[in-house]
Amino acid sequence: MYAVEVENLTKVYGSGDTAVTAIAGASLQVKPGELVAILGPSGSGKTTLLTSIGLINEPTHGKVVIDGLTVADQGWVDGIDLKRLRREKLGFIFQAHNLIPFLSALENVMVALEINGLSGSEAKGRAAGLLAALNLGHRQHSYPRALSGGEAQRVAIARALANRPKVILADEPTAALDTENGKNVMGLLKTLAVENHSAILVVTHDERMVQGFDRIFHVNDGRICGG
Amino acid sequence: MNLALRDIRYHRGRFILTSIGLGLLLGVVISMGGIYRGLFADALAVLHQTGADLWVVQKGTNGPFAESSRIPEDLKYRIKGVPGVAEASPLSFQTLQIDRQGRPFRFFLIGYELSGLGGPGQIIAGRDIRQKHYEMVAAKAMKLQLGERLRLGQHDYTVVGITGKVVSSSGDPAAFVTLSDAQEIQFKKDNDAIRNYRSRIGADLADEPALPPAQAAFLAGKIGAVTESTHTVNTVVARLAPGADLDEVKEHISRWNHLHPISNQEQRDILTKGMIEKARMQLGLFRIILLTISAVIIALIIYTSTLDKLKVIATLKLIGSQNRVIVGMILQQSLLMGVIAYGIGYLLILATYENFPRRIVLEGVDLWALFVIVIVICTLSSFVGIRKALKVEPAEALGG
Repeated sequence: MYAVEVENLTKVYGSGDTAVTAIAGASLQVKPGELVAILGPSGSGKTTLLTSIGLINEPTHGKVVIDGLTVADQGWVDGIDLKRLRREKLGFIFQAHNLIPFLSALENVMVALEINGLSGSEAKGRAAGLLAALNLGHRQHSYPRALSGGEAQRVAIARALANRPKVILADEPTAALDTENGKNVMGLLKTLAVENHSAILVVTHDERMVQGFDRIFHVNDGRICGG
Repeated sequence: MNLALRDIRYHRGRFILTSIGLGLLLGVVISMGGIYRGLFADALAVLHQTGADLWVVQKGTNGPFAESSRIPEDLKYRIKGVPGVAEASPLSFQTLQIDRQGRPFRFFLIGYELSGLGGPGQIIAGRDIRQKHYEMVAAKAMKLQLGERLRLGQHDYTVVGITGKVVSSSGDPAAFVTLSDAQEIQFKKDNDAIRNYRSRIGADLADEPALPPAQAAFLAGKIGAVTESTHTVNTVVARLAPGADLDEVKEHISRWNHLHPISNQEQRDILTKGMIEKARMQLGLFRIILLTISAVIIALIIYTSTLDKLKVIATLKLIGSQNRVIVGMILQQSLLMGVIAYGIGYLLILATYENFPRRIVLEGVDLWALFVIVIVICTLSSFVGIRKALKVEPAEALGG
């Protein structure tokens, strides 16, 4: 079973003369434990593809299946709980780490767990373990403003991993980092894909960062190729 | 994890300052409620102090507080004789403003018979008036010392006792002297004026050719005695005997054409519905305006605070947060701000209300009502922030 299946996905913004096709008939499959890059220039549609898989952007046509569950088939499937699926099946890593500024590193990870129904003590234990595994045990109580770019992005990764998602979606995760930190983050994602058996889709425009990825898709003018 | 508290903890400086500002505003609202209650208490203070069932005043007036009333002192004997009246006492009221230590010193002077109604009641320092003349009991708010002497009219009066919070309906602190002293202060002319009056009366009568000189001199003496008399009072108050019918007593007194009997309840209505009604409405309007300002401020604070957190809210939505988590965060912050501001306002007024120039009466029912209003305002004000937050798309978390 694939972690992610996208079949003939099309996303059109607007209608009539002003309609813009961001994605045109894209199809891809990603297996659990696979690390996949989606490369493309700005405006090529790669973020639209990511947000459609991430249950944020409703596809106009086509089918999206996450962990065996069809979530979109010519639009969202009736009765589907998108928030719950995002909580339980997906993890997100952002271009800017998007940590909550008024929460410590530990609390930023805990919040994802508590939203998913874990008790405070359970969430604290698991969050502390994740941070320790990412060599951030000593920064648990630091606020995002006190963390370096690389540390903040690792906290964001810990938050994305917190609920042991089947799929992790990363939108330009190295864009705000220097080359060395960027490579470290990509290396970490590779390790996590294998260890957690999660499918990881990374959107980036920087080809230097995708060495060692299992597969690379190229998106251009809304069309996907490669892989 | 409580996100509202975490946010407040992180931005505590801003939150505390905002709450203090709002607290000061709510303090003013609380104090205005207290001033209104104080107006009420002040208006009724003399009424309570006197403890009369009936106020007999000049016909055609609503005296002695709302209008001027003058009646002869000796009416007390006739009123005492009315069936059902157990006790009747004449009282004199006047507002005085004198110079004291180079500053205007204003107070309400009550003249009463030492054995009658309307005296100072509880003495908290010193003693009651014992001598017929030149002793005074002052309300605490006058800030006079025992033994201090005050020049009123043509004589010095010594403060022999201090009583509690007795004030006039306009809030001036009250002082008590004997009725005869009060009458002298109010009505007795100085010696030059008396001599002048007597000369004028004498000259007028001397010009009357029909009057023999001896008769003119006799009449001059009699007219002088009448015009110089100080035996006038503003009201005669009466206490009824147990079981007496108030309406019957009023009916009896009303038959005398020149008097107007007013029951204690009617006097209370005159004082509260007539004299302080406009002030009450004014204070009520101010309170509404201030509460509206508070609501606008809270709404603005919550809205701008929500705008600051749009990315946080989008991120929370993206990672699957339920709307109730986001709504809860905004609502709790708004409520917490309101509760803390209310607490600050309340403590501020509690610590200072005794130093206000006018009496502030804090009543539990008013404080609770305002607390509920503040909670409602905070809840409604948070809706602008909640509305904005619910419109945020999770996709806004993406990008730089």
